[in-house]
Amino acid sequence: MSIDGICISLPKEYLGLKVQLMCDSLPKLLLGIPLTIELVAISLSIGFVLAMCIALMRISGSRLLNIVSRSYVFYFRGTPLLVQIFLIYYGLAQFDLIKESFLWPFFREAYWCGILALTLNTGAYTAEIIRGGLQSVPHGQIESARSMGMSGILLYRRVILPIAFRQALPAYGNEMILMVKGTSLVSTITLMEITGIARHIIAKYWTPVEIFLIAGIIYLFINYLVTRIVRYAENRYTPYLQTNE
Amino acid sequence: MNKKIIMALFGATLVTSASALFQHNGPWTTVKIGTEGAYPPWNGTSASGQLEGAEVDLAMDLCARMSVECVLVAQDWDGIIPALQNGKYDAIMAGMSITSERMEVIDFSQGYATEPASFSTLSSSSVASLGVSGNVNLDLGPSADVDALKAALNGSVVGVQGSTTHENFVRDVLGSSVTLKTYDTQQNLELDLAAGRIDAALSDSGSMEGFIASGNGSDIVFIGPKLGGGQFGPGVGVGLRQSDSDLKDMFNKAINEARADGTLATHFTKWFGKDISM
Repeated sequence: MSIDGICISLPKEYLGLKVQLMCDSLPKLLLGIPLTIELVAISLSIGFVLAMCIALMRISGSRLLNIVSRSYVFYFRGTPLLVQIFLIYYGLAQFDLIKESFLWPFFREAYWCGILALTLNTGAYTAEIIRGGLQSVPHGQIESARSMGMSGILLYRRVILPIAFRQALPAYGNEMILMVKGTSLVSTITLMEITGIARHIIAKYWTPVEIFLIAGIIYLFINYLVTRIVRYAENRYTPYLQTNE
Repeated sequence: MNKKIIMALFGATLVTSASALFQHNGPWTTVKIGTEGAYPPWNGTSASGQLEGAEVDLAMDLCARMSVECVLVAQDWDGIIPALQNGKYDAIMAGMSITSERMEVIDFSQGYATEPASFSTLSSSSVASLGVSGNVNLDLGPSADVDALKAALNGSVVGVQGSTTHENFVRDVLGSSVTLKTYDTQQNLELDLAAGRIDAALSDSGSMEGFIASGNGSDIVFIGPKLGGGQFGPGVGVGLRQSDSDLKDMFNKAINEARADGTLATHFTKWFGKDISM
């Protein structure tokens, strides 16, 4: 039985909710999932590499690198994501310098502007998460690694980074969830992800409650999967920290 | 766990949707009027954050005639009809065209103004060569000007403010021959047209003329015919709940008076530089 068949068999309205419309809208909203996932996956991946660099700059000991990384984190953590998206999309397009440069094909597309804003935003938060993880590595463990003759990259690869990442895992899980929700803001720059499609359907039928309810449940479902993945990773990499729930 | 969450969400929704059946009782002493505040010169927001525009002036005028106190409320366009139904305010004056689709969910006063819709593009764009043609009333059937427009725009990216008569026209008439981009406000549409992200925009002529005159869109030109009727409806009126026929009568009477003594024309001439009242 197709989804259309199921929807028609439902009552038109139930307790003041247009359930048939909700059912009809579900497949349309589901079409937004690939774009939402794509935005999250790409910006989290690039953002993580960026964050790693920023965190290492922060603890590098160099005064200049420290100031650069601190300023970046300060600006992108201190301003709303929505404002960042608007500034990158509508703001940069007002400068002829940008419009006439080789960067314009990139900034012309709402998709890349959205990815850039999300990446820079998550980069700032993740840099702080990684820095916290790195600084939580017990000094004794570093010393004992050094006493074994490890130094430099080997020390980071074998001891510091694994411990830091384990420490940072729960906080990073939080960041992933925030990113899934953050993608809803790119609907303001014409991208048709889940919220964009929801707003579009609402604009047609004037039924915000019904449609946002379905959209909310889809986000809930995506984030449920994210929490399961993070929980699995925590069990796998930090079993000694887990309590039986 | 998940069942509980869904139940809680569902419960919250029922409370919200119950208020959707908002009913006003008793005589009108205060009327709340919802407007967008992002659609100059119909209704905009001044640099100091105050609502301003032709409809803001008209609202104050009509309220004085109806002997009620008026409160203006700013509301985003995509929620403007649901908020009326929920009782957040009692009337919409937001450049809203009277259409049969909207008449299914709300009611309207008589029309107070009408402004044709028109496509616009950058003067450097390839579609700019189409040039401007005359007025077209879509109620009168097929038009050669519209066909020429459709041919010129074939394959291009067209922007509109979402949930408007303009979006309906692009969907119904141009359909899949163009790529449609929808914006939350007219202002964001104008910015993207000026930035060259879209090939053409469809909006009401007055708003776009205002943007061109502001200097930010000085290289924007109109193309094709000035469109009226059809998807664009018979004009702009006050949006009202279907249950408030008494308020509708009050607005209709006040609009008649304002038209008769010339103030209706004065308000629109002041903001549009021409009389678009009806």
